[in-house]
Amino acid sequence: MIRFQKVFKAFAKSLALTDVSFQLGKGEFVFFTGHSGAGKSTVLRLIYADEHPTSGVVLVSGMRTSELKRKDIPRLRRRLGIVFQDFRLLDDRTAEENVAFALEVTGTRRSVIAPKVMRVLTQVGLSARAHALPRELSGGEQQRVAIARALVNDPLVILADEPTGNLDERATRGVFQLLRDINATGTGVIMATHDLDLVRQTHHRTIELQNGTLVYDSGAVQADPLTEAS
Amino acid sequence: MRLTVREALLSFRRAPLLSTLAVTTIGFALFVLGLFGLVALNLRETLTGVAERVEVVMYLARGTPVDVVTVAIGDIQAFPEVEGVTYVTEEQALERARRELVEFQGVFGDLVDNPLPASLEIRLRSGFRDIEHVRAVAERLEGFRFAEDVRYGSDWVEKLDRLRDIAAAVGLVIGAAFAAAAVIIIGTTIRMTVLARNREIHIMRLVGATDGFIRRPFLLDGAIKGALGGVLAIILDYAAYFAVSRSLFTATFFSPGQMLLVVLFGTVLGFGASAASVNRHLPAL
Repeated sequence: MIRFQKVFKAFAKSLALTDVSFQLGKGEFVFFTGHSGAGKSTVLRLIYADEHPTSGVVLVSGMRTSELKRKDIPRLRRRLGIVFQDFRLLDDRTAEENVAFALEVTGTRRSVIAPKVMRVLTQVGLSARAHALPRELSGGEQQRVAIARALVNDPLVILADEPTGNLDERATRGVFQLLRDINATGTGVIMATHDLDLVRQTHHRTIELQNGTLVYDSGAVQADPLTEAS
Repeated sequence: MRLTVREALLSFRRAPLLSTLAVTTIGFALFVLGLFGLVALNLRETLTGVAERVEVVMYLARGTPVDVVTVAIGDIQAFPEVEGVTYVTEEQALERARRELVEFQGVFGDLVDNPLPASLEIRLRSGFRDIEHVRAVAERLEGFRFAEDVRYGSDWVEKLDRLRDIAAAVGLVIGAAFAAAAVIIIGTTIRMTVLARNREIHIMRLVGATDGFIRRPFLLDGAIKGALGGVLAIILDYAAYFAVSRSLFTATFFSPGQMLLVVLFGTVLGFGASAASVNRHLPAL
């Protein structure tokens, strides 16, 4: 479903990714680990076409991201759910409105929005806090709203960039469990993290990056032989 | 569409100060523009009034028979430039002089012979009251045998023409300058709104909003601010008109159609400026 082939990504003064290749299947839960600056976030940004590879190929759901026209990028993003460390909620809207926003911008009918929003808020355990503003919610709750927003468009995969980075231990466990529950329903999860304790707790596939180079892939055997050869 | 309208209106709630500032600046820019419009309007009305009084007077040689004059009046009335001809007999001229020049009443009273000549007063149609037409008519009148003298006050007709030209030119320059200022101000306020909302725009992009969808509320926002600025301008213009009318002289205000035009102008200005601003700043975010 997502495939990187010999991907290089250079920024003005540095090389963020060097010859990175991997393939992720549908519904997989994958960790991307590594220190800050290792290239985890760059991998995610390449997937949601916020950046394009300097060379190599990034394929997402059959679409070659570098060939996407500007107007086609929204179509790609509607198949992905994106979650950030800093939640990125709209401060002047309630939890419910933040989630509904993701449906409104895609032109979903109003009659569909309310039940769908309630369903995902229930799924993330926040139906009782639907009318709270972000500042009235704890960090863990805010991240759940962000996850609900990512989930509401029924994405193929959730891209989570350090989703527990700003949370205490208890909230971290809760959010992580939520992502696993979501994965259990068939939605893929790609989670960038440097929290190795979290990674060790489970046996999900782990890809480690160091200075932009892929140094370890626990699931490489399942991957495409072509990708592995590279 | 509902979301576009809601987002556009929300900008007033989210950034009330900036929105008020935008509407006020647009309002003031259009107010000055409108003020000039009012000056031009009143000037035009006054000039039309003055221009209506532009006439050519042909003094007739003493003793010109009435039937000759009557034929001549018919001929002159057939000139395409001529609106009407009034025949003032020698007696009527004297009568008028007695009435209008009160200070010389004694002099007129002692007269044995009437020294004043008979004349034809020729009024010109509107559109023919400029110096070229006045001169052309005068020259034709001089061709009449019995025409002793033809007067038309060439000096002030010329001045009137020049004043009208200057008013039009100044209006155009000031109008263009203020329209440009209004465009820059609206563009800047929309740019500030775009930048103030860059986080939201970023989130919209992440959840898959198209550029068109992101752009629409800004365009509507600009158009609404432009329209409100237009309404404010009319209120301010009316206040100025009211003050002048009460204390200085009776003036004319815009007709409802002209007021609508000011608001429409503001709307177009707001829309255009925000389109330019959004197109320039959105891709960068």
